[in-house]
Amino acid sequence: MNVQVTTRPAPPAVTRPTPESVNTSKLATADCDIHPQRANDKVLHPYLEKRWVEHMTTFGSRLRQAYQKGPAYPKGQPNASRRDAWPPEGGGPGSSLSFMQKQLLDENNCVLGILNPTGDNGQAYQNREFGAAVCRAMNEWILHEWLEPEPRLKGSIVVPFEDADVAVKEIERYAADPHFVQVLMLNRTGEPPGQKRYWKVYEAAAAANLPVGVHAFGFGGYPVSGSGWPSYYIEDMVGHAQSCQTFLTSMVIEGVFERFPKFRMVLVEAGFAWVPSLAWRLDKLWNRLRVETPHLKRLPSEYIHDHVWLTTQPMEEPAKREQVLDAIDWIGWDRLLFATDYPHWDYDDPTQVLPMPVQEQKKRDFFLNNALKLYGQD
Amino acid sequence: MSLIETGGIDCDIHPAVPNLKALHPYLSDHWRDIIIQRGMHELDSIAYPVNAPISARPDWRMEGKKPGSDLQMLRQHALDPFRTSIAIANCLYGVQLLFSEDMGAGFAKAVNDWMAKEWLDKEPRLRASIVVPIQNPDMAVDEINRVAPDKRFVQVLMLVMGDMPLGKRHYWPIYAAAEKHGLPIGIHAGSAYRHPVTPVGWPTYYTEDYASQAAAFQQGLSSLICEGVFTKFPDLKVVLLESGFTWLPAHLWRLTKFWRGLRMEIPWVDRAPAEIVKSNVRLTITPCDGPPSEEMFQKLMEHMDSDELLLFSTDYPHWQFDGEDVLPPGLSRSLVRKIMIDNPRATYARLTETVQ
Repeated sequence: MNVQVTTRPAPPAVTRPTPESVNTSKLATADCDIHPQRANDKVLHPYLEKRWVEHMTTFGSRLRQAYQKGPAYPKGQPNASRRDAWPPEGGGPGSSLSFMQKQLLDENNCVLGILNPTGDNGQAYQNREFGAAVCRAMNEWILHEWLEPEPRLKGSIVVPFEDADVAVKEIERYAADPHFVQVLMLNRTGEPPGQKRYWKVYEAAAAANLPVGVHAFGFGGYPVSGSGWPSYYIEDMVGHAQSCQTFLTSMVIEGVFERFPKFRMVLVEAGFAWVPSLAWRLDKLWNRLRVETPHLKRLPSEYIHDHVWLTTQPMEEPAKREQVLDAIDWIGWDRLLFATDYPHWDYDDPTQVLPMPVQEQKKRDFFLNNALKLYGQD
Repeated sequence: MSLIETGGIDCDIHPAVPNLKALHPYLSDHWRDIIIQRGMHELDSIAYPVNAPISARPDWRMEGKKPGSDLQMLRQHALDPFRTSIAIANCLYGVQLLFSEDMGAGFAKAVNDWMAKEWLDKEPRLRASIVVPIQNPDMAVDEINRVAPDKRFVQVLMLVMGDMPLGKRHYWPIYAAAEKHGLPIGIHAGSAYRHPVTPVGWPTYYTEDYASQAAAFQQGLSSLICEGVFTKFPDLKVVLLESGFTWLPAHLWRLTKFWRGLRMEIPWVDRAPAEIVKSNVRLTITPCDGPPSEEMFQKLMEHMDSDELLLFSTDYPHWQFDGEDVLPPGLSRSLVRKIMIDNPRATYARLTETVQ
């Protein structure tokens, strides 16, 4: 991640030991969370009806948040991005395919990159009809300008998940298109995601044999905490983990995994070390309260293990770094998907995320094989 | 199970207000009239539906009485079997859930006076937390100042989910008063239900409501740290009650990492969050949302990175364990002693003043 102090004199030079890179051999990697951004709104115009182009220009996106442009919590870095991610030809970070190819795909020996077009993508606009049009445009733009020119990249279908019927149509449109390997949701849904109004989305994704990637963040409109809105960006960021805990809880307890046995879910950019504790809590609680949820047939931890994958970025970093391996052992080495979150500031570098000895096979699964298998690229 | 230590200090039990009528002697004429005139209902929070299995252990339920509402039964169920020397009563009657500041203050006062008279006067092993009208921090401070001279009150009680995040300056007068009197802030599971308990809205099932408490504790802790409560009040102790606690290591790994990347946003946080927790935050041990194997539990305890964080609790009458199996298996004798005696004493200054 970027850590920069701009207003103070540079500290005296100190000799630091060079961190030992583990992945120096440049093992092939799969990167399961890459964020393409549009250079400007005009790139979507060719894919939007005239009415919606005018609407976009006149009223803007209007999310369930306060500001027209930019997030309610100012990010930690401009565009929440790495300082070196601005393409030489102009445009914001993540807006240039050629620069992404060079800076990310080539550099990391990335053989499979999953594009998650988050941000202002139509998924949670107050005007749902407009949002659905923008989702469609996003998918066409991504398909023609990113996925077709670059075979290493695969797409996530951006769906207006708050309107399940429309989302299903969008899934069906691309279900047979090999450029798309996942359905994209944001975790801050308008209502608990396990509730019936969303089931058609999961059913359609499972029928198309596509996992649903649930990216942290979103604009459901409710505060990120049960105590209301926190003051700081750091609380919002750290809060993605708690917010995804409640997301996962809803999915388990409402029985989504029981109802749709082929449904697979990826939690993206929410951390992972919290999963064991939550699973233990849910198991214990379900044993006590199961009279309330007769539709569940198995332990919550079993549903989680069989249906849920997690991307790794931002890796949790205990003071004793090797302790994170315990968390991975408890989740399962077959369930983690390496991700960088390029071009964002809290990017994880594949040469630094596992700075301790790890068995070769586990490393290969973590960096590559799990993703190839999940996304049908093996 | 791990063997318990005689003379343990139980840091979370729940004597129950049997009904509004029981508070009548402790309410002013005005509030007594209001109860009758307006036909007020009981203030039992939906956080613990009275007949839900978790709300009371089957063998701790009583025919025709609310669980936890009878002193003799509490002695038999919660104090004697665990050879407890001191137990801290956290009354969860829902006065913090009221919207009216004045009504909140009137009822909080009644609950505290009822607690002193009906429980503390009758049972020397009991101590209590001060219930405060969280609706208005000035009124809450008044109540702390009124009750604090009674040294049997050892803590100030808040719920983990209220109007706004726990660390906000809005609440600082309460923390200042608590620090001044040497009272920890006890933060208990529960909500005033001002917001949905989850960031994705109101859940369908009670199971989700209870599960979400652990997430709320994580966010409450983030708020207290990030807002600088422990920088402003370095001597303040916060005790997280009935939080499940096993979420702590992973949460601190994440929070500390982001603090490194974003500390320019909260420059007053001058120590790593994990270090702040070691010096200022404690957690009760029940419920233990622990792993299925003892070996995994040992690793988890290593992740906790300190043997001073956990405090013994039964969570009586909530149904968190059976028989006398109150402690998770695999704790060493020395750690059991710390959890049951040394850590509570180090946390609650008033216990050592009056325990002797």
